[in-house]
Amino acid sequence: MAEKIATREAYGKALAELGEKYDFVVLDADLSAATKTGVFKKKYPERFFNCGIAEGNMVSVAAGLAAAGKIPFVSSFAMFAAGRAFEQVRNSVGYPHLNVKIGATHAGITVGEDGATHQCNEDIALMRTIPGMTVINPADAVEARAAVEAAIQHVGPVYMRFGRYAVPVINDNADYKFEIGKGVTMKDGKDVTIVATGLMVSMALEAAETLKAEGIDARVINIHTIKPLDKELILKAAKETGVIVTAEEHSIIGGLGAAVAEAVCEGCPVPVLRLGVNDTFGRSGTVPALLEMYGLTPASIVAKVKEALKLKK
Amino acid sequence: MEQSKKRELAAKAAQIRLDILEEVHEAKSGHPGGSLSIADVMTYLYFEELNVDPANPKWADRDRFVLSKGHTAPALYAALARRGFFACEELPRLRKIDSILQGHPDMKHIPGVDMSTGSLGMGISTACGMALAAKIDGKDYRTYTMVGDGESEEGQVWEACMFAAHYKLDNLCVMLDLNGLQIDGAITDVMNPTPHDKKLEAFGFNVITADAHDFDSIEDAFAKARACKGKPSAIIFKSVKGKGVSFMEDQASWHGTAPNDEQYAQAVAEIKASM
Repeated sequence: MAEKIATREAYGKALAELGEKYDFVVLDADLSAATKTGVFKKKYPERFFNCGIAEGNMVSVAAGLAAAGKIPFVSSFAMFAAGRAFEQVRNSVGYPHLNVKIGATHAGITVGEDGATHQCNEDIALMRTIPGMTVINPADAVEARAAVEAAIQHVGPVYMRFGRYAVPVINDNADYKFEIGKGVTMKDGKDVTIVATGLMVSMALEAAETLKAEGIDARVINIHTIKPLDKELILKAAKETGVIVTAEEHSIIGGLGAAVAEAVCEGCPVPVLRLGVNDTFGRSGTVPALLEMYGLTPASIVAKVKEALKLKK
Repeated sequence: MEQSKKRELAAKAAQIRLDILEEVHEAKSGHPGGSLSIADVMTYLYFEELNVDPANPKWADRDRFVLSKGHTAPALYAALARRGFFACEELPRLRKIDSILQGHPDMKHIPGVDMSTGSLGMGISTACGMALAAKIDGKDYRTYTMVGDGESEEGQVWEACMFAAHYKLDNLCVMLDLNGLQIDGAITDVMNPTPHDKKLEAFGFNVITADAHDFDSIEDAFAKARACKGKPSAIIFKSVKGKGVSFMEDQASWHGTAPNDEQYAQAVAEIKASM
């Protein structure tokens, strides 16, 4: 059984660790214990700025810092970073293309017991409509750490999505390499492609094992960067496997599934079935119960793949 | 202030008013009222107060200015052009499809614009970020931002004020253009944001009140702001919307309307007569 770590934990640890190598500052809106920026704050208190519960101001302050040459990370829950502060991200950061890094934690329904008001299933959709924004949704702790460093090295705005819930570490191999905009083929296959992001990647791998036992050879692609999307890899999969299932802990509207469907429709039309949160709000519950209720499980992926295979020409 | 200097500034301000009118008239749209109300302060800022270098607009140690009330871009553009950041010939091209002069300030394409603004409430926050950056880097440049009185109805303005006071941003100078009018009418009728002085004081600011159309008062206010240590300063500039054009003065209807040819001719004649 793989070790389980929440990507927010990896985010906080990465900030603290990379703080030595890179000159950046971190802003938070009274959630540093939850977003894990508190780990950085402890090590570099002079480079940490609490902005209080005022996310819109925080994002615009970060824009000003970036305009004056700093590299600011801003953190809050995805609901507030991408949701409440959407217009600040769009107009203060996106329009002038400023070098602000948004570390949004507690994304998706795996927030758990706090319920619908805090479960942001819309952030990827919101962020990817902003011109020039890079949108990253790491699958595990290894990828989260790599994403933070890549974001620092990248010049321009980056939105990173982290989770509250501990998820299996699947990328702890020696030759793991992270490149913004490059999808990763986690498992080759010829019958169908499962394109997954975030915590759904490990579930997709599990689903592929189940499918294999039933004689279905599924390819699994990890799309950690939803924007810019690795169209080449996705279109190749569309061509070679003839059908695609997407899996994400996000609304089926506007997220990975939508991005993949758009690319496939325009580049190599084959059926694309989207697995995600079905145009509905979340609710309170334990994470396993929520994942089960909202159909974000390896078994749901297996079922979706079987449905998709019926559409394959 | 010496009389000669005052005359010189008044002439520059009159030129900036002519530029504002020409920009908006040529564009057939834009915001003359709030541009004219800040014309004198913008003149003083760019010709006396700000430590900037038109030849090197991105100079790292320059003073910063953020026009938080971004819709009054015609005043900023005129001041920048007259200060030498770009050719004055660009001014009548405001809002044209192939012009660098967007309807609201665009820092990516307009030399001298330190922040893209237009969505109200955000500019003052970005100015806080710049002032904080100076503190972090141990630099002594100052950051100025002009906020509209109508704009002060945005909650983010007050979030920014809290932030500025909390981090003791004494290198930040917030200017409030108190002309008393917004699109839908008097600020006190639409959604009363007053009293600004007491509110800003309560938020932890060094509050200075000045006459936006008197260079002695403007000079004195900036000196007081610069002298204050340990907390941010706010200058409440009491101004007249549409200042300098008789039929535009104190009229909310001139917030976002361009003069027609006849009105433009009369406005220009009035400004020229004052020179």
